[in-house]
Amino acid sequence: MVLKAFFPTCCASADSGLLVGRWVPEQSSAVVLAVVHFPFIPIQVKELLAQVQQASQVGVTVLGTWCHRRQEPEESLGHFLEGLGAIFSHKPWFQLCRERGSKSWSCKATHWQGPTSHAASGEDQVMLIFYDQRKVLLSQLHPPAVLPDRQAGDTTASAGGLAAVFDTVARSEALFQSDRFDEGPVRLSHWQSEGVEASILVELAKWAAGPVCLLLACLLSLVSAASACRVFKLWPLSFIWSKLSTCEQLRHRLEQLTLIFSTRKAKNPAQLMRKANMLVSVLLDVALGLMLLSWLHRKDLIGQLADALIPVADHVAKELQHLLQWLMGAPAGLKMNRALDQVLGRFFLYHIHLWISYIHLMSPFIERILWHVGLSACLGLTVALSILSDIIALLTFHIYCFYVYGARLYCLKIHGLSSLWRLFRGKKWNVLRQRVDSCSYDLDQLFIGTLLFTILVFLLPTTALYYLVFTLLRLLVVTVQGLIHLLVDLINSLPLYSLGLRLCRPYRLAAGVKFRVLEHETGRPLRLLMQINPLPYSRVVHTYRLPTCGCHPKHSWGSLCRKLFFGELIYPWRQRGDKQD
Amino acid sequence: MEDEQSFSDIYGGRLALQRRCYSPSCLEFCLSCPRITLRSLTAVTCTVWLAAYGLFTLCENSMILSAAIFITLLGLLGYLHFVKIDHETLLIIDSLGIQMTSSYASGKESTTFIEMGEVKDVVINEAIYMQKVIYYLCILLKDPVEPHGISQVVPLFQGGRRQDHLCIQQKVSLGDGGILASSGRQKVKDTFSFFNLMFSG
Repeated sequence: MVLKAFFPTCCASADSGLLVGRWVPEQSSAVVLAVVHFPFIPIQVKELLAQVQQASQVGVTVLGTWCHRRQEPEESLGHFLEGLGAIFSHKPWFQLCRERGSKSWSCKATHWQGPTSHAASGEDQVMLIFYDQRKVLLSQLHPPAVLPDRQAGDTTASAGGLAAVFDTVARSEALFQSDRFDEGPVRLSHWQSEGVEASILVELAKWAAGPVCLLLACLLSLVSAASACRVFKLWPLSFIWSKLSTCEQLRHRLEQLTLIFSTRKAKNPAQLMRKANMLVSVLLDVALGLMLLSWLHRKDLIGQLADALIPVADHVAKELQHLLQWLMGAPAGLKMNRALDQVLGRFFLYHIHLWISYIHLMSPFIERILWHVGLSACLGLTVALSILSDIIALLTFHIYCFYVYGARLYCLKIHGLSSLWRLFRGKKWNVLRQRVDSCSYDLDQLFIGTLLFTILVFLLPTTALYYLVFTLLRLLVVTVQGLIHLLVDLINSLPLYSLGLRLCRPYRLAAGVKFRVLEHETGRPLRLLMQINPLPYSRVVHTYRLPTCGCHPKHSWGSLCRKLFFGELIYPWRQRGDKQD
Repeated sequence: MEDEQSFSDIYGGRLALQRRCYSPSCLEFCLSCPRITLRSLTAVTCTVWLAAYGLFTLCENSMILSAAIFITLLGLLGYLHFVKIDHETLLIIDSLGIQMTSSYASGKESTTFIEMGEVKDVVINEAIYMQKVIYYLCILLKDPVEPHGISQVVPLFQGGRRQDHLCIQQKVSLGDGGILASSGRQKVKDTFSFFNLMFSG
């Protein structure tokens, strides 16, 4: 295999010294982490490397020498560098050399057989691969390479080649703590030599995060304890809470906030990203909610809304009454059964009349209620949208009731028809065997059965029409609510922090690497530049999506059509913990 | 060491293959796809605008014409940025891996790098396209779970769409139809000799 030397770009202009890094024998590659400058005492260098090895579990050793010379090679320096190979024995021993101010590099790797047999030392072809140390240190590979746990002896069984490079650089933080400008015994050059990066704001935020998190965690635990108390578990309240999507959304947000402000540190980068995504999502939600609130209050929309609500409810009721009058007549030219038509029509009309009376009873309190509901928008736009969805559900409750009545009637009729149709053909349903068997009926049974069958068949159009009309209305309301829920889910689950990171710091989320061949001269080693290939946006969203409430319709289009045809009730979303009807 | 040859694809467009050898352990193949012609561009634009003008005479709404202009512009930008591949490069680095870069007409580059440890084999697949049999080169990737299985087949030089598959008009004599290599350097040599065979004559 060709020998590969991964060299950090920050060390390309460093003064001569020793190369320090890790040798990966399986890939025949040497990852150079830093350059130790002259003068140094070999014992101190070995001590430092032993400390780093213990702290970071990475097998850091001296790999070779680095020579950054001015014009002609100095003979004494050359012998001195070769002599170092005897002190820090490493196979293979790398000798990198660069002429100052030019692009020509030379690199050779020798295998020492021993001090007595110089003639047997062999030289191998070396490929130089430059990498940006800071970017490789900060980036995470996706999918994360699962590397086996290391011992101090640095045994990696099957690490992917480039994942090993990333892992080596990421774990060697201990080596990057001292610099060539420090007063210590050993002077190193690495990515921090270009200027140690730090930010006052970030440090202050880290220092303040501890007590703030503790305080908020206490507050949140109080809130969750209050919401879990026994009063809310009594029957009418628990039923109402489970049906309202606002409570579901508030519970979801409370869980997220508890996770963000918990005092336990994140165990791995994925958890850290998840926390960051949740925090940004909550902040954006609150910001949008406050914008909505200010817009509502500026135009005094709440007052206008409250004034308009009663007339709108009246208008809807009037339209429904017109619809029922139309159904009671000859809708679309169809001839209905007059008696059944009148009964159903009057029943629904009375229902609407009751509903309007309740709305009018509530009218003095509407403005107050709406004002308090509008205040809830400062908890977040998602909460405001959930409340809107619940208000729509409450205001169209009569449509829901009509749909249930119509569906139950129609369902009964369909079941009756199918059973009597079987009787008509001389068959019956065998419950034990769960199949249709033939059966001999008496004459009386056949007579009554056929009579009932005929009655039901001729009453079918009327019931079917009522069912159709109210199902369409119900589906309309469900669609509107579904769109609102979709928007809420989108705000809840979009990983905005990850998307922002991909936009501003694309090297942090790496899908892989890419190589570029640098200027090549014959006789010189091949030089490549390794750059980070960022993750595409679709994969970022897919990997870091936040879990939502999960209120998605569970049935496919086929089963939906089947339920509609047979008159079974449709529950578009099942909240967590709901019982099946 | 550079070498250039030109071929034609199944639709008659001109293709150019450029070979560069940086060192014994590094090869690069660059395939330039046929350019977008003025004739096709004019044809599409005229069709869209004639259709918009026809709609305009029916509806008497000038928004249709502005909409047609926007659609043409956005469609052209989208086509250049996401669909039209200008040239494709295959870089083979001994014992590191194989890198495929597609450069789109708008300048966007999309790169994939496959490590040598993941490559199981490099083979030629036959495909029947209409009435012809075409050959294309692809890489077989190892399955991490099953040692003898194949997890993925990655075709090379796709050119974006089916239309740009290379059609080898000459007979290709390759024995068992694949390259079996033992180690990195051997793989590089064999791939180079395969390309010699494939594109000569």
